[in-house]
Amino acid sequence: MSETPGEPVATERELTMSRAMVEAISSEMAADEEVFVMGEDVADYGGIFDSTQGLLEEFGRDRVMDVPISETGFIGAGVGAAQAGMRPIVELMFADFFGVAMDQIYNNMAKNTYMSGRSVSVPMVLTTAVGGTYNDAAQHSQTLYGTFAHLPGMKVVVPSNAYDAKGLMHNAIRDDDPVVFMFHKRLMGLGWMPAPEGPKTPVPEDDYTIPFGEADVKREGTDATVVTLGLHVHRAMEAADELVDEGIDTEVIDLRTLVPLDAETVLESVRKTGRLVVVDEDYRSYGVTGEIVARAAEDALADLEAVERVAMPDVPIPYARPLEEEVNPGVEDIAAAVRATR
Amino acid sequence: MPSVTELREIYEEMVTARRYEKRLQEEYLEGKQPAFDISAGPIPGELHLAAGHEASAAGVCQHLRDADTVTAPHRPHHIAISKGVDLNRMTAEIFGRRTGLSKGKGGHMHLFDPDVNFACSGIIAQGCPPAVGAAMAAKKRNTDEVAVAFLGEGAIDQGGFFESLNLASVRNLPVVFVVEDNDWAISMPKERVTDVSNGAQRAEGHDMHGVRVDRDDAVAVYEAAAEAVGRARDGNGPTILEVQVHRRMGHFMGDAEGYRPDEDVEAAEMRDSVERLAADLRKHGVDDDELTAIRDRASARVEEAIEFAKEQPEPDPEEAYEDVFTNPPAGATGGED
Ligand SMILES: Cc1ncc(C[n+]2csc(CCOP(=O)(O)OP(=O)(O)O)c2C)c(N)n1
Repeated sequence: MSETPGEPVATERELTMSRAMVEAISSEMAADEEVFVMGEDVADYGGIFDSTQGLLEEFGRDRVMDVPISETGFIGAGVGAAQAGMRPIVELMFADFFGVAMDQIYNNMAKNTYMSGRSVSVPMVLTTAVGGTYNDAAQHSQTLYGTFAHLPGMKVVVPSNAYDAKGLMHNAIRDDDPVVFMFHKRLMGLGWMPAPEGPKTPVPEDDYTIPFGEADVKREGTDATVVTLGLHVHRAMEAADELVDEGIDTEVIDLRTLVPLDAETVLESVRKTGRLVVVDEDYRSYGVTGEIVARAAEDALADLEAVERVAMPDVPIPYARPLEEEVNPGVEDIAAAVRATR
Repeated sequence: MPSVTELREIYEEMVTARRYEKRLQEEYLEGKQPAFDISAGPIPGELHLAAGHEASAAGVCQHLRDADTVTAPHRPHHIAISKGVDLNRMTAEIFGRRTGLSKGKGGHMHLFDPDVNFACSGIIAQGCPPAVGAAMAAKKRNTDEVAVAFLGEGAIDQGGFFESLNLASVRNLPVVFVVEDNDWAISMPKERVTDVSNGAQRAEGHDMHGVRVDRDDAVAVYEAAAEAVGRARDGNGPTILEVQVHRRMGHFMGDAEGYRPDEDVEAAEMRDSVERLAADLRKHGVDDDELTAIRDRASARVEEAIEFAKEQPEPDPEEAYEDVFTNPPAGATGGED
């Protein structure tokens, strides 16, 4: 394996987030026969969101398997294959579809390690597409970050750009625990769903890992802390740029993984700024925003001067454009929340 | 055998559905030029069109009344049209307008018209259990209403389908599972995902009736459905009715179908159920003028629906917070900032 210790080699080569993910999968598959991919439309189609593009040509149908639309069956089979020592990468086409297979995900995949007293492990990656902004309505637009992160036993990864996606994917495949790898459709660099500026980044050709539980401070600032993940990292950065003109210096933190959570980076920032804004594309109640605010309240209460949450209101995601725009937090919503902490 | 009047009705529904999909395709793609952007244009989001599926819905729904329940999958328009869903309000919904069936909240995969007991949804095989439930209600209330769940051949590998079969069978419920076999589940050909090429065979393991209509022919569907729906109405239990249809377009709009052999696309175009029915009608003495008149009427109806939809207002952003509950609770629900 061409692991580069320390900092990866600088490169000018830019990749989309999907290419970066696939590069990591491909390299791990080449290095380890036990790694294989299965899911709907992962072979000839290359994944509806390009998450397996080109793998069929490289590794053939035995290792890149199209499967029936039987999520309970094939996700559960992934658990079994992982327990047998293989390293399956299983795709759930949209996170919204977890409903038909959640038992295998949270009662088997997530709990078997613990229930077995660690005599069993489940080195499996469940990749899944998340997020809205393209009017796909209530059953195809959710992120469900909080749902997956709430249930103990799964590591939960949410990359916001190509560089992170590759390093996190290497780590996910090598990890001996089940990892849910949630990629935002809008960030993948699809020809038919234009990505914002930002997710396409330089990506080293060599393998590298990004450890779980290390948030990334995307922008340093002294006046307010914005904590977010996925697509909304880019929206927060845009809001921060806008706020510069008003003399507000915003720190933006990309959590990158929800489980494990890098609370320390958040707390450090809050101790500095005293003002916390949490931005999430998941539902507002009982989710990521509440969790981050609670951590800050537990461990940095004395430093907290103001708190704001920006999230999906607790309504199913509506179809029509003005309705979805209303509920999905935009750049202006984030900027307004930062202003409100002042 | 359907009467000539019935044949005309079936034909009119089929050409309406075919025309509808063609016009929606045009409207959808307009505004997505020159580069295809799924969220742009008058109809954003995914759009699954059913050109080539018409015979199944038209042949089955000919036996249904408004009080009978139909559930449909992500490819629903032809079924909605045959079930008698209000075309103007359905189109307004697809265009995301306030006067749409769901006030713009549902979109094309989530159409509800309780007036004719129609609903569709976007998760595979999701409509099967609710169809069983509608059949249960009909039976408990001693009506002779039936329920029909439409789904694709790819969807019959889903657990919810099998559970529904067993439940329907053991309770002897008036439900028909109509499997539209278009050979493809997005990019996956049927033979890659199942060794059972005749989906109706899955009925055997549940001790219920199963029949497959091997050709894309509305008359053959009509006849098979007469038996299946009749059996349900008479209290003689559920049926799987599988129908060979064809996918004349990509899985969704924007699908370049790189995975699909050209011959398969051509074959789907050759086996045109609409043309086949037109030929049948001619044999029954319906002349070309009359067929043209039917087609013109269908086109006019489609045009009217699209014009209606485009004139409708968009919902106000604030409306996003309404309709979560039938009885909105008094306390905070998290919708507010
Ligand atoms: C549980 C679930 N898994 C996957 C999908 C994604 N999906 C939507 S349509 C489709 C293919 C369906 O094929 P089929 O049932 O044959 O119907 P067709 O689209 O060919 O009409 C898939 C996999 C989904 N909507 N729900």
